[in-house]
Amino acid sequence: LAGTITENKDGPVQKYLLMFGVLVSVFIQEVFRFGYYKILKKASEGLKNISADETALSMRLLAYVSGLGFGIMSGVFSFVNTLSDSLGPGTVGIHGDSPQFFLVSAFMTLVIIMLHLFWGIVFFDGCEKKKWYALLLVLLTHLLVSTLTFINPHYGISLVSAYIIMVLMGIWAFFAAGGSCRSLKLCLLCQDKDFLLFSQRSR
Amino acid sequence: MLTFMASDSEEEVCDERTSLMSAESPTPRSCQEGRPGPEDGESAAPWRGQDGEEDHEEDPDHYVCSGVPGRPPGLEEELTLKYGAKHVIMLFVPVTLCMIVVVATIKSVRFYTEKNGQLIYTPFTEDTPSVGQRLLNSVLNTLIMISVIVVMTIFLVLLYKYRCYKFIHGWLIMSSLMLLFLFSYIYLGEVLKTYNVAMDYPTLFLTVWNFGAVGMVCIHWKGPLVLQQAYLIMISALMALVFIKYLPEWSAWVILGAISVYAAMVWTVGMAKLDPSSQGALQLPYDPEMEEDSYDSFGEPSYPEVCEPPLPGYPGEELEEEEERGVKLGLGDFIFYSVLVGKAAATGSGDWNTTLACFVAILIGLCLTLLLLAVFKKALPALPISITFGLVFYFSTDNLVRPFMDTLAFHQLYI
Repeated sequence: LAGTITENKDGPVQKYLLMFGVLVSVFIQEVFRFGYYKILKKASEGLKNISADETALSMRLLAYVSGLGFGIMSGVFSFVNTLSDSLGPGTVGIHGDSPQFFLVSAFMTLVIIMLHLFWGIVFFDGCEKKKWYALLLVLLTHLLVSTLTFINPHYGISLVSAYIIMVLMGIWAFFAAGGSCRSLKLCLLCQDKDFLLFSQRSR
Repeated sequence: MLTFMASDSEEEVCDERTSLMSAESPTPRSCQEGRPGPEDGESAAPWRGQDGEEDHEEDPDHYVCSGVPGRPPGLEEELTLKYGAKHVIMLFVPVTLCMIVVVATIKSVRFYTEKNGQLIYTPFTEDTPSVGQRLLNSVLNTLIMISVIVVMTIFLVLLYKYRCYKFIHGWLIMSSLMLLFLFSYIYLGEVLKTYNVAMDYPTLFLTVWNFGAVGMVCIHWKGPLVLQQAYLIMISALMALVFIKYLPEWSAWVILGAISVYAAMVWTVGMAKLDPSSQGALQLPYDPEMEEDSYDSFGEPSYPEVCEPPLPGYPGEELEEEEERGVKLGLGDFIFYSVLVGKAAATGSGDWNTTLACFVAILIGLCLTLLLLAVFKKALPALPISITFGLVFYFSTDNLVRPFMDTLAFHQLYI
């Protein structure tokens, strides 16, 4: 696929191959996320023995870690070459492309990382509670965000909608991880006993 | 001249039995377990430490400690497993640091990516007209390299067997001297050239002298743990840089592959030979005279440590050994991991994806090896799994993933 894409100079064909490649990649990522869940589930007994701390590794923690891992790898792989090129000489957008290339790439990478994090939490929660619609929604939103990036460089739509999806997923993940409006309020007003600033609150 | 010395020291430094100990203070123990040293011991005394010295007096203790009476076997097993994860993380830090130093140097200092001759151990050139010829030359280079390693290893074992400990001491000291002074002088020179910073000779002399002298003291005598670890990381990185510079491209990859196969083979053979019935026969005689010599130098009880093994070719060489307190990883492993990642950084058309993929692959391999270590409870070679993953990831990322990711980044598509 990669070879065909790079060799094929035909515009539309290349574009379609690329789209196909992106969709397949998204599918593969979600399949691996599911596979990772399965492996972690099987290994959670053994992991409990290995971990030296007394606190058991909960599935929620593993969901967060796995989402973060996916996000970091995805973000790094997308962005690190752009970053290293940005250190070199050059003028952005000299051939008529958008001069905000680097900025948008950076913001897009950020949103992808956060999205993977939230997707991880929601996905694992869905698997635990056998809520299969959660898995489907994760897959669909992932596909949506990826296909929206096809309309770059019209950044307005793709970037803004990606951020909106991120906020929505964030809220979903918050509730999936066991948060509630009450706990949020306690946290923000520093009245939560487990929260750091509990003892510092003004009386 | 440089070529000769470089190749010379590559043997020597790999024999150096220096250790990297963690900053963690151990709980007091009655027996002193494996202090620095022997990475190699598969479990048998003879192979522990080519570097004679402290090994022997530990060995009886080691055996005693591992089977301390009164400690319920279940607890021991649990303790081993429990220490597994923490020590995996503790191993990640030095391995990562070494790789970072190597990659940073490769990416910034042009000297280490310029072709400036080859080691005498890889005499066949790779500037050949046809692909087949190039492949043949790289395979021949690998064969020569591996046979040199085998010969040196046998030589060192013979030295150890016939108690020529002074020779081994001298060799170790010579090799660390050369690494700490000559190679770091060259490294410093190249870094200064890259950044166009002028340094006068007196300052240079002072810097190199201090660096080298403190290094010698830390490594061969006493020193703060963190400093000792830092020096070991630096010399591993320097050694890896030498390899990256002087090994031609294809030869480097074939050598990496061959060395991991070789380590695996040697370990298998060693395991087969070391069944309980032959245990006694393989033990080298206990040498009391070495005892008092070395005990004071490394008096601390065991910490998770990293010790320098000889180059492979030797049963139990780059082996890890898990003790109650920690895991040991040989410096040869550090060097070859860094060579792999450095080569990926140097030749992957300036691509960071390939470098990162290899880095992650090596860490995953290390994790798996440590997991197997916890399962088998025997020393294992650290190279094969990591290097295999590293090579697989390198070639697949460079050829499949890189063009795809480049196109995606160009069009600002995100997957």
